[in-house]
Amino acid sequence: MALLRGQISAQASYRVSFAIDLGTNMVATMLDVLTVLVLFRVTKALGGFTLREAMVMVGLTALAFAAADLTVGNIERVKLYVNTGRLDAVLVRPLGVLPQLLLMDIPIRKAARSVFGATVLGVALASADIDWTVARVALLVYALLGGVLFFASIFVATASVAFWWIESGEIGNAFTYGGREFTTYPINIYSGWFRRVFAYGLGFGFVSYYPALALLGRTDPLGLRGGRGARAPAVSVAIAAAPAAVWRVGVRHYRSTGS
Amino acid sequence: MGSVNATAPPSALRNIVPAFRTFAAITGSGFRRYSTYRQATVAGAFTNTVFGFLRTYVLLAVAAGTASGLAGGYDREQLVTFVWAGQGLLAVVALWGSTEIADRIRTGDVASDLLRPVHPITMYLAADLGRAWHAVLTRFVPPVLTGLLFFDVYLPRQWFTAPLFVLSTALAVLLCFACRFLVNAVAYWLTDIRGPMIAWLIGSGVLGGLFFPLRFLPEPLMVAMWVATPFPGMLQTPLDVLVERDAPAMRCGLVALQVVWVVLLLTCCTVVQRRAERRLVIHGG
Amino acid sequence: MSVIEARGLRKEFTVRVKRSRLRREKRIVHAVDGVDLTVERGEMLGYIGPNGAGKSTTLKMMTGVLMPSAGEVRVCGYTPVPQRTKLTRRIGVVFGQRSQLWWDLPLRDSFDLLRHIFRVPAADHASRLRRCRSLLDLDEFLDIPVRQLSLGQRMRGELTAALLHGPEVLFLDEPTIGLDVVSKQAVRSFLTEVGVRGDTTLVLTTHDLADIERLCQRLVVIDHGRVVHDGTIDALHARYGSRRRVVVDLDEPVASYSGAIVEADGRRLVFEVDGSAAAVVARLGGLPGLRDIAILEPDIEDVVARLYKTTTEDAP
Repeated sequence: MALLRGQISAQASYRVSFAIDLGTNMVATMLDVLTVLVLFRVTKALGGFTLREAMVMVGLTALAFAAADLTVGNIERVKLYVNTGRLDAVLVRPLGVLPQLLLMDIPIRKAARSVFGATVLGVALASADIDWTVARVALLVYALLGGVLFFASIFVATASVAFWWIESGEIGNAFTYGGREFTTYPINIYSGWFRRVFAYGLGFGFVSYYPALALLGRTDPLGLRGGRGARAPAVSVAIAAAPAAVWRVGVRHYRSTGS
Repeated sequence: MGSVNATAPPSALRNIVPAFRTFAAITGSGFRRYSTYRQATVAGAFTNTVFGFLRTYVLLAVAAGTASGLAGGYDREQLVTFVWAGQGLLAVVALWGSTEIADRIRTGDVASDLLRPVHPITMYLAADLGRAWHAVLTRFVPPVLTGLLFFDVYLPRQWFTAPLFVLSTALAVLLCFACRFLVNAVAYWLTDIRGPMIAWLIGSGVLGGLFFPLRFLPEPLMVAMWVATPFPGMLQTPLDVLVERDAPAMRCGLVALQVVWVVLLLTCCTVVQRRAERRLVIHGG
Repeated sequence: MSVIEARGLRKEFTVRVKRSRLRREKRIVHAVDGVDLTVERGEMLGYIGPNGAGKSTTLKMMTGVLMPSAGEVRVCGYTPVPQRTKLTRRIGVVFGQRSQLWWDLPLRDSFDLLRHIFRVPAADHASRLRRCRSLLDLDEFLDIPVRQLSLGQRMRGELTAALLHGPEVLFLDEPTIGLDVVSKQAVRSFLTEVGVRGDTTLVLTTHDLADIERLCQRLVVIDHGRVVHDGTIDALHARYGSRRRVVVDLDEPVASYSGAIVEADGRRLVFEVDGSAAAVVARLGGLPGLRDIAILEPDIEDVVARLYKTTTEDAP
């Protein structure tokens, strides 16, 4: 906690650049939403979904991604740490590697993104004509937790690559930011093997698409069995277990081979 | 030395050839430098390709949802070409940029750049052209081939599109270089340039036409962006030239607009560099 | 003609000091505060001072990197900042803590690139490179990217890079910092080699006084932005009263002995001498029960430490 407080005051002391940062970060977050709005200026529907319906997916994605980025997004730096050998300093401290990396720089500016994501989701849910039931409220909470966990594990998994492949460069972005892009839109707009790989193989379909279908009470245009929506978060949790294991193996790999 | 009789043609000519050789040698070094990062190049091309798929499907869905089947005046094949050539150009112009020069300024390494008989901007530009040429071969070709392989693409129909596209791309590289330099040069005045950097990423991404073609915006806004900011010249213009979006005269006009911005911003770069050198504080001793 | 001429050279920096949450105070720091310096062709000049004394700042003003706040400086007949581009062809600069080489490229490529940048005729370049290669043993790592070189190897590369265009003046800012003993020796003997030819002027800042003792006839000490000593190392010793010492060990304690005894501790006598110790040693030669005579050179570290101390106390 002291680590955390130190970070907050250290960052807040650079007031001007902090203000600029906060402002630009808000705009950066709004971009995804802005992009969707611009697209709907041109078209009436995306994959058969109206703007109001699509916004539920946008909101779920925005909040889940921002919250995951806030909590574990820093892990992207492991690449830098492995590269520069600074991970050694982390390994000799009496704390877990993961918590240390995450606490080293808590970006409060990323917190603003979560707030914005929550706002988008709130507005989307309010305007989407959802027939609220207890089950749907539960599903929403459950879906969000699943989504955060899922994106968090994608961050961990892509960062773990650095243990084996130091010069992996921006390959992780294809799955973190690429994944966010994927789940922002209804998955029926993608086709063929690409959709199968991302939606089911990697599990991105269960972050926003299936929960949104269940919330909106729509049947899947892809014709899959109903009820998948309700189980979607469970799928996310199951998928999320794997990266944790990968991370552990990765740290052990680093310890045994050095760098 | 030669400045007194620089107007005499033989002397000017004698200077131009070695100057060109120096420039070419630095460009070569930029190329070689990036060719040492093979794995990062592969990783980058892969990521661009994944985003190519994502953006293609989204824009095709947009076109499918309109009554005419056109989105922003582009047909399906034009959209496909727009996305995949854009994913390639992204790396050629280095739209994301880097904070390398800002880091050199912050650490004081920029002093080494001042101790050479070539103007720092000339050095940076020459090296960046080498980087761009390396990206043409390694980062432009893979996404474009992937697009060709998996989708029906629009192929240019007029002969002059090819040279105009090459010219427009070259101008886009210069334009993007100038903007990145200016953003980095903020480090001469501020120690933390993350704010300007993010502002730049947003500006270049949205107004450059990466996230969606600028033609999706309301007409007056789009025209304002094009005329009042350099961003569309970095991606949108070469892509519109490639997919032959407008009448030939209009396309030439857009390229001319790029020229105006290049001249303006490169001038700006030299002024900024001169002022920075006068007030330079080299950190670290 | 003097290669370097500085008159009343000053550099002020404005630093903002945070006083409290809201108040910030501007303070002016005089990094270099009126330095006068003349260096003749072929001289080897050591420029020393404690941390923050203004050594590097002076060097940066002489090389055209920093604009002086006041005063005049001319190097090779040029005013450094306005005529920087011309000046760069006449000088070479090595910064111990930063690299002038291309990080991702092999050393060989950096050298080749420098040939084009400085437009050095191929034959001149080749002969200079050949000389450096043999003197600095570059061959074993010429094809390795600079980022993978050890500090010592890199410094040998930096020295070569700074000399390939045949500069008249070589500026070295802490060239031996962080180097191991062997690399330090290599750098020093190389610089001696460069210096003895007499056509290259050397200006060297350092923390390591051994560099100065090995390389430089002339020593300039700067503190708080001002020159506090300018002369030979011997002159420095003379000025601050450091003398050679003759230490004599005897079998039996001697009750008394005439001469400049600074210490008499039973069987050990210590004398201080100016200049030659021959007279003292000759006189001592006949002493009964003489065991050993040792002559200790004055320690430059001590002198300089004392010098810094006195100037700090004098400072306003």
